[in-house]
Amino acid sequence: MEVHQHPEKKHYIITDESRCKGCGLCIEFCPKDCLGYSVEINEKGWRVSKMHRMKDCIKCYMCERMCPDFAIFIGENTKEEGAKD
Amino acid sequence: MVVKRQPKVLTGTYFKNGNWAMVEGAIASGIAEFFAYPISPASEIVEYVSYRLPAVGGKAAFIVEDEIASINMCIGASWAGSKVLTATSGPGFSLKQEGLGLAYMTETPLVCLNVQRGGPSTGLPTFSAQGDYMQVQFGSHGDYPVIALTPWSVQECFVLTIEAFNISERLRTPVIILADGEVSRMMEQVTIPKEEEIEVINRKGPKQGIDKTKFKQFDASDQEDLVPPMAHFGEGYKIFGTGLTHTEDGIPKLDEDLHIELIDRIYKKVEINSHLYPEAHTYMVDDAEIVIISTGISARASLEAVLEAREEGIKVGLFRPITVWPFPRDEFEPLAKKADLIVVEMSMGQLIWPVERYARKECTLVKRIGGTPPDPKNILKAIKKLAKK
Amino acid sequence: MAEQSKKIDKSTIIEKPIKEFQHPQESLLRKKAIPTIYCPGCGIGTTINAFLEAISKYCQIPHDQIFVVSGIGCTGRASGYVNLDGFHAIHGRAIPFASGVEIAKPPMKPVIISGDGDLFSIGLGHFAHAARRNIDMTVICVNNAIYGLTGGQDAPTTPVGAKSRTTPYGKISFPFNLSHIAIANGATFCARYTVYEYVQLSKAIARGMNHQGFSFIEVISNCHVHFGRRNNLGDAIAMRQMFKKARKRMNEKDIGLDIHKTDIIFEAGKGFTKIPTGIFLEERDEPEEFSERIIDAYEFIK
Ligand SMILES: Cc1ncc(C[n+]2csc(CCOP(=O)(O)OP(=O)(O)O)c2C)c(N)n1
Ligand code: SF4
Ligand code: SF4
Ligand code: SF4
Ligand SMILES: [Mg+2]
Repeated sequence: MEVHQHPEKKHYIITDESRCKGCGLCIEFCPKDCLGYSVEINEKGWRVSKMHRMKDCIKCYMCERMCPDFAIFIGENTKEEGAKD
Repeated sequence: MVVKRQPKVLTGTYFKNGNWAMVEGAIASGIAEFFAYPISPASEIVEYVSYRLPAVGGKAAFIVEDEIASINMCIGASWAGSKVLTATSGPGFSLKQEGLGLAYMTETPLVCLNVQRGGPSTGLPTFSAQGDYMQVQFGSHGDYPVIALTPWSVQECFVLTIEAFNISERLRTPVIILADGEVSRMMEQVTIPKEEEIEVINRKGPKQGIDKTKFKQFDASDQEDLVPPMAHFGEGYKIFGTGLTHTEDGIPKLDEDLHIELIDRIYKKVEINSHLYPEAHTYMVDDAEIVIISTGISARASLEAVLEAREEGIKVGLFRPITVWPFPRDEFEPLAKKADLIVVEMSMGQLIWPVERYARKECTLVKRIGGTPPDPKNILKAIKKLAKK
Repeated sequence: MAEQSKKIDKSTIIEKPIKEFQHPQESLLRKKAIPTIYCPGCGIGTTINAFLEAISKYCQIPHDQIFVVSGIGCTGRASGYVNLDGFHAIHGRAIPFASGVEIAKPPMKPVIISGDGDLFSIGLGHFAHAARRNIDMTVICVNNAIYGLTGGQDAPTTPVGAKSRTTPYGKISFPFNLSHIAIANGATFCARYTVYEYVQLSKAIARGMNHQGFSFIEVISNCHVHFGRRNNLGDAIAMRQMFKKARKRMNEKDIGLDIHKTDIIFEAGKGFTKIPTGIFLEERDEPEEFSERIIDAYEFIK
């Protein structure tokens, strides 16, 4: 699991490399081009999805919704973290 | 219109046929649903359940699109907690085979009445036969252990249907009643006891108060009888069933050892509980030099031949397996050792297979196909021929 | 590659997050069965995700009452990944199994998730009869226009001209329009979405489940491994881009009496060029569903 937090909006994007099959759907359909492939391969031999530019993320949920393998999702920010949205 | 609710158990003595008695047996056992598709000679069952079941406050009989649907609906209803019945004949029994395989694999209690008629194919509708003996055991693909009971009288149609449900519930497995067209339609006296005199057994469920998330639908590891307790849909156990080879929690896993373990247990479950199955009926076998092996209506014809032969001084007896699968080998083998054997059946020779296998010798076959029962005269002829030798 | 990795912004990584994060649907996944057997990018996973979101977000039915049944096929494995009561029936027989449960225990809400071949080839008869009875169940059909599990033979949904393992020169016979079958046989709710239209799909599933009676939701999905590859439609990404372009929203008014307006158009060489999607039918004066009718029917027995 790799957790990224948006510097202002404070929400998270979590990628689970053990589940990812590297289909690239989340990467392709992210409207802000935030995601990309990893350089390393995971234990099953896939190049997995990685957050490349969290700062551009607009929390549109597209990646979570496109993923067939429950491998990428949004973590909600808590109130204490001073969410803006 | 108001119709009075009918009692579940119609205590009393009646002059009725086998189809009627099987239905009464099922209702006395407490079936909640019935799913079937009409076919002779089982149609009468379908019709009579449609009248009786709603009237005792069961749900209803459902006459559905085909036999495939009916067996699968039975499996569904059983997983929801119901006692269920289906009934069919000939071609319908063929259509049910894949579904029955699923029921064996998912250890689903249910009872299927199969009133045998002449085959193959559409064959001799409405006429009688005993040609499904092998299909019951080998009709679905793969290996599965079968329990099948065969009545020879209207009274037995009633009693054995109750037994079938009790065994099915106890062992979490389908049980087949292998009736024949003749027994199902002949009329004779049948006595239905009082409700409290009828022993009705229900399947065991998970232990009260256990952690529901830990329950495993196919775990028999702490069960002496190797029968896993069964939870149902809607009880909060989140159970899962599949026809694929599965783990104890029902999750598909295509693994060699797991498959062997699972199939082994299903077989052992049927083997070690054989004391629950009705014993074979024997008649004048103690001093017999010739023993006839026969079931259902053929056994009645055989009994007549035995009585006649005895009058002529021939030492002949009758061995009638009531539990035809698993074949009552332990009861049969001692007899087979000391006597010559004749198998009488309404087929080209099916019952004779296990008989010869366990007797380890060749037997005489008196076969009769064509829809009517064997003639006692022909059986007597065979007895005399053997006696002369 | 090396260049790309340079661009990765690692400053937003949280090494020690304040809480443990879980996929929003995690508690509804049967974890012992995960990962799925599906090829990377397969639309069945997305459909399962949409279904789980539907029951956790948009529909109020208690989870103890929902059970998921599927038949055999790639889609047939769906029920095994869901952490609810479930059953993996034999090929084509998910609907009769679920009907048996629904009749025996009417408070239960059966959801069938199965393939186009399972439900409309071998299982078509049962589908028609369940719709006719208006039995209270939701049928979600993952239509990938092919028999996926068995390696890509043509299904009754494979369009004319499309290639498959068994139609190497192009499919000759006409495909089914599944909505047409559902509506003609008496379904009281009927919708179609592609896997690209995730939110609409999820909401439609919930609406179908809240509906009393027989509801049908068709999901146009990508089997890029068999259907896509043989028809030069590219990978999962390319097929979903195609769905995005080809989808055409329609509602009951647009369709009127001409159900053929919902026909899917496929052109050999180009792929799907028109996929009408939307809620095609929602009967608001719902005729009583089957289990209620049974109870009412025998009220006179006292
Ligand atoms: C009685 C029977 N016939 C054939 C099969 C083989 N079989 C398994 S799945 C399948 C087709 C599945 O197609 P579909 O329902 O579209 O599922 P998909 O894999 O495309 O999701 C077939 C023909 C079977 N399992 N049982
Ligand atoms: S939430 Fe939207 S913008 Fe953010 S990574 Fe996912 S798809 Fe991209
Ligand atoms: S969609 Fe899911 S499986 Fe596919 S690359 Fe993205 S995270 Fe991995
Ligand atoms: S074969 Fe096709 S339908 Fe099956 S998992 Fe692969 S992509 Fe999906
Ligand atoms: Mg398919």
